[in-house]
Formats: sequence, C-alpha cells, structure tokens
Amino acid sequence: MDILVCISQVPDTTTKISFIDNNSKFNDDKVTFIVNPYDEWYALVRALELKETLGGSVTVITVGNASVEPIIRKALAIGADNAVRIDLDAVDSFETASAIATYAKNKNFNIILAGKETIDYNGSEVGGMIAGLLNLPFVSLATKLEIVGDHAVVEIDIEGGVEVITSKMPLVLSAAKGMAEARIPNMRGIMAARTKTIEVVAGQSNNLVSVKSFELPAPKSAVKLINPENMEELVQLLHSEAKVI
Amino acid sequence: MSVLVFAQTSKGILKKNAIEAISYGAQVAALLNTNVTLLATGTATAESLQVAGSFGVAKVLHANHTNLNAFDSQIYSQLVMNAAEKTGASVIILSHDATGKAIAPRISAILKAGLVSGAISLPAVSGGFSIKKNVFSGKAIAEYSINTEKKIISLLPNSVPPIQKQVSCEVENFLGGVEETISLLKIETKTHDTSGEINLPEAELVVSAGRGMKGPENWGMIEELAKTIGAATACSRPVSDIGWRPHHEHVGQTGIAIRPNLYIAVGISGAIQHLAGVNGSKVIVVVNKDAEAPFFKAADYGVVGDAFEIVPKLTAAFKQFKSQNS
Ligand SMILES: Cc1cc2nc3c(=O)[nH]c(=O)nc-3n(C[C@H](O)[C@H](O)[C@H](O)COP(=O)(O)OP(=O)(O)OC[C@H]3O[C@@H](n4cnc5c(N)ncnc54)[C@H](O)[C@@H]3O)c2cc1C
Ligand SMILES: Nc1ncnc2c1ncn2[C@@H]1O[C@H](COP(=O)(O)O)[C@@H](O)[C@H]1O
Repeated sequence: MDILVCISQVPDTTTKISFIDNNSKFNDDKVTFIVNPYDEWYALVRALELKETLGGSVTVITVGNASVEPIIRKALAIGADNAVRIDLDAVDSFETASAIATYAKNKNFNIILAGKETIDYNGSEVGGMIAGLLNLPFVSLATKLEIVGDHAVVEIDIEGGVEVITSKMPLVLSAAKGMAEARIPNMRGIMAARTKTIEVVAGQSNNLVSVKSFELPAPKSAVKLINPENMEELVQLLHSEAKVI
Repeated sequence: MSVLVFAQTSKGILKKNAIEAISYGAQVAALLNTNVTLLATGTATAESLQVAGSFGVAKVLHANHTNLNAFDSQIYSQLVMNAAEKTGASVIILSHDATGKAIAPRISAILKAGLVSGAISLPAVSGGFSIKKNVFSGKAIAEYSINTEKKIISLLPNSVPPIQKQVSCEVENFLGGVEETISLLKIETKTHDTSGEINLPEAELVVSAGRGMKGPENWGMIEELAKTIGAATACSRPVSDIGWRPHHEHVGQTGIAIRPNLYIAVGISGAIQHLAGVNGSKVIVVVNKDAEAPFFKAADYGVVGDAFEIVPKLTAAFKQFKSQNS
C-alpha cells in the first residue's frame, strides 16, 4: 500500500489575523505555523496505520517555499517515510492541485489523501481537483477508511446515517474527523526525521483565481447581559429584537 | 454566456440550501444580463420543481435516473458539465454543502474554471468578477477575483438570503448521458433512526453544551431545551472526545462548521477553535457561570450563572412564550 498524503502549512489556530500591504497580504510576522489539523490528525495518521498493518510506504507532499520545511519534518517525525516539497508559492488551490497531480501522475500511489479543508483558506478544493486532474474517483469528507482485498472501503456521514463506499484503487479522499486519532511524535521519530531527505521538485504556476484584498469582519457589538432570574426577558428579546424565535 | 445552478432535491423537494443557490443564480444572471437554468436531480415532481419560478428561474432541467440514486461525484460532475455545455453556461453555481464540496473542485479542475468556494456575497462585476468568502475560519474575509472565462461559485449556506421573484417556469427532462455511465463505486447506505432528530448542519436553531455540564447524565435538560424550540443539539470537542455525546455533534475547527440563526451555548468556554465552527451564527446566546469566559466576547446575549439553574428556567420561559403565541 503506497499512500500519498497532501499536507499544508497553516497558521496556528490561535493566531490573531491581520493583513499588510494595503490589506493584500496576510501578516505572517511572529505567526506560529502548524500542519493543517485535518491533514495531520486524520489523513496522515490513518495512512500510517494502514502502512503499519499492510506494509508499503507513506509519502507526504506539500506545495510551498523552503519556509514550510518544519511542518514536513513534523510529518516525518510522526512516521512518514518520504517527503516531497514542490517549490512553488501557490496562488490558488488549482495551482496546488496541479502541482500535486503532476507529481503523482506516474508514481502509482494506491491512495491519495488530502484533509477536509485548510483552516486558513477553507476551500475544501484541493482533493477534488487532484481527482479531477488525474481522472480518479473521489470521496469527499471521509470519516473511515479500510482496505479490504484490493478495494478501499470508505465511510462518509450523511443525513441520518452513513454511506459505505467501496472503490477500486487508486482513488483520492479527503479526510474528516473520525478517520484516526491524533498522534504525538516520539523521540525516535524525531531523531529519524532529521536524517530523512526532502525531495524538492520545481513547480509551475498556473492559477485561475487570486485574492484581491482581505478585510476583517465588522466587530461584534458588546454582549447584552440578561438577569439569570429573568429568562422571560431573554425569550422576548430573541423574539422581538433578534427575530430568531 | 449564461448561468447554470445545480441543486439536488431531497425527498422530492428543493430544500433551503437549494433555494438559496437558485435565488443566488437568478441574481447573478440579472447582474450579467443573461438567463439562468436550474439543473435539479432526484425524484421530484415537475410541480415541486416549479418553486424555482418563485425565485426567478424560468427553466429547469430535471435529471432523474437510477444511475443518480447513489451519489458518485464523478457521475454528478459529468452531468453538471453536460448541462453546462447544453445551456452554454459559463457560470456554474452550487451550494457549498457536502455535494458541492465533492463536485465543484472536480469540475473546476477539468474545465479550468476558476472556483470560489463558500461565497458569502454576490459577485462584483464591474471591471472584473470578484466575490467575497470567509477565510481563516471566519476570522477574516477575502475578496477573490476569478480570472477565467468559465467560473464556478459555491455558496455558503445561510449567508445570502433568497429573494422572491415570480416568473413562469418550465421543467424539461434531461439525462445528459447519465443513463450510459457506470459507477466505479459500490455505495450502500446505513441509516440510523432519526425520527424526531433535527439534522445539525441544516438546523436553524442549535442548543450546544460543553464540559460545564459535568457529565452525560446531565444532558436531559439540554435535550429538553432543544426539543422545546425545535433545535438540533451540538457539543464542544472534549465532550465528544470523552464520549459524553456522539461525534457527529462536535462543532468547531475540527468538527463541523454550522451557521444557524440561533446558537445557544451552555457551559462552553468559547475557545477560538470552538468559535471557528459557530461564529457564522446569526445570534449567539451564552450561558456560563464564569463572567470572564471568552465566549461572552462573541455573544449577542449572555447569562452569567449556573447552567443547572438557568437552563430549566429558560426552557420554561420558552414553553410559556410558545403557549402564548400559538
Ligand atoms: C487544533 C485544535 C483544534 C480544536 N478543535 C476544536 C473544535 O473543533 N471544537 C471545540 O469545541 N474545541 C476544539 N478544540 C479544543 C478547544 O481549544 C477547547 O479546549 C474546547 O473547546 C473546550 O471545551 P469546553 O468549552 O466544553 O470546555 P472548557 O474549556 O472546560 O469550558 C467549560 C466551561 O463551562 C463553564 N462552566 C462550568 N460549570 C458550569 C456551570 N455549572 N454552569 C455554567 N457554566 C459552567 C466554565 O466556566 C467553562 O467556561 C481544539 C483545540 C485544538 C488545539
Ligand atoms: N500547499 C499545499 N500543499 C499540499 N497539500 C495541500 C496544500 N494546500 C492544501 N492541501 C491539501 O488539500 C486539502 C484541502 O485544502 P483546501 O482546498 O485549501 O481547503 C488540505 O487539507 C491538504 O490536504
């Protein structure tokens, strides 16, 4: 089982968001970057579990400049065997997906895993785009992944139940909560990660969309405190002021 | 250059997300001075599809075939592309729900059509084509330019309200080659009993609780409150992690993101990762015994006090309100 896991670097979830250059660029000064939680906790860990039971390899791939190498090291420390960095400052998801699809094209990965979405640009786009570019089946927001014989058995949550999808491989999946539990790298993993090499591949730019400008949402007005003894007032306000009841 | 909206019917009707996409499509077509077509799938009647005419869509292509019964993103993507070709559409609009997330990126990559997913505004069309969407989990908004001739927009649910506009509406059957496709997937559905349960992602009202509830045995009052107002129930991550509540109730950065009209949070501190999944709610009510809890900064209404006393009182007040207003 050879699995390719797409990982992306995102600002730590507690980052205070601000912009520079006339609101055209994210201000990354003093920001701590982490592996996108869906990619790390769910996609990568499930890939490693499958490798541990079935054999094979786990390769992580990320599109970005040299500054993203710490998150690649983290993925290697958790247990990935190989790592690829496509040297490109991608402008949009299509550019990212094209770079990954081009790399993966003749490499015979059985499964390509992406996360549900990045927590910075919140697109849920890259996985589906890779599948489109490689003409492979795609299951989005998968909560379970098992291998049965030469098929992948995937589950997704639907309204009032689950759907169990059996697919030939190769296929592309995006991973949501449920697929695995987060793992913490151990000392051996961290030491081993230091000596692993990161393959760097040149990328080509070809974006379809671009960010014109950023803005911060209008600040919320201060909370209205209600006397705990007067829940009738709260209900009245929800009815007549907020108009949600 | 015209506009195509894709929407699935569910149990024979076009639900809220679909109506929002339909009305949005009609408004985009008006901005671009062009016409709009709806591609609808599922076992709906022509009459039930004519509701599209109440939101400004005069033409519906209805694709109903056994090959569409199970959702295979490859087949659905092909169907949408075939409908776009037939209608000469250069703008394709869908909802940013589970279906939209599975097919919009695929179509974007195949057609090389720029995609903005989770749009929260109508496009600005003078001197380009740009649309706003939430980024950084709702902590900021970005305006994206779509630089390609073909464009795809997936609309964030509950963000652009539908506008009524009556036109006469014609429904035509359309298969678009779907009868010849063979799914590479085997898809089985396992349902659990949901009678009386409200689907969280689509709920208009949500009652959510966190670690402040102390244990699963105390959820009765949360469910009672939810039942009283017809709300879905949700929870914070630690609560689903320790198994007090089912995983599908976990909202936030790493669970699901919801945008109800009303979110009532009980005994939840309001960590940034929790807020990331709920800050799109129209109105937030926070019940917490700690006046310093960060959630109060994101709330519209707050009650400082013990949930075990406040929740039953709130439920009683809602019951009283309902008996007076029905
Ligand atoms: C990368 C990452 C991703 C995460 N993703 C998520 C996510 O998706 N969703 C999520 O929810 N969390 C997420 N978390 C966890 C998050 O940081 C918080 O730890 C979590 O939300 C806290 O849950 P809580 O508010 O239920 O519990 P606590 O933080 O323990 O808060 C309990 C609250 O209850 C109040 N309380 C106690 N007793 C009472 C009472 N009797 N009456 C009224 N109030 C009372 C307390 O004052 C307190 O404010 C994530 C964390 C990380 C690092
Ligand atoms: N720069 C990147 N490099 C590698 N994978 C990425 C990158 N950006 C996004 N991905 C993958 O695509 C998934 C969805 O991202 P997005 O479409 O941006 O929400 C992420 O969870 C990652 O698995």
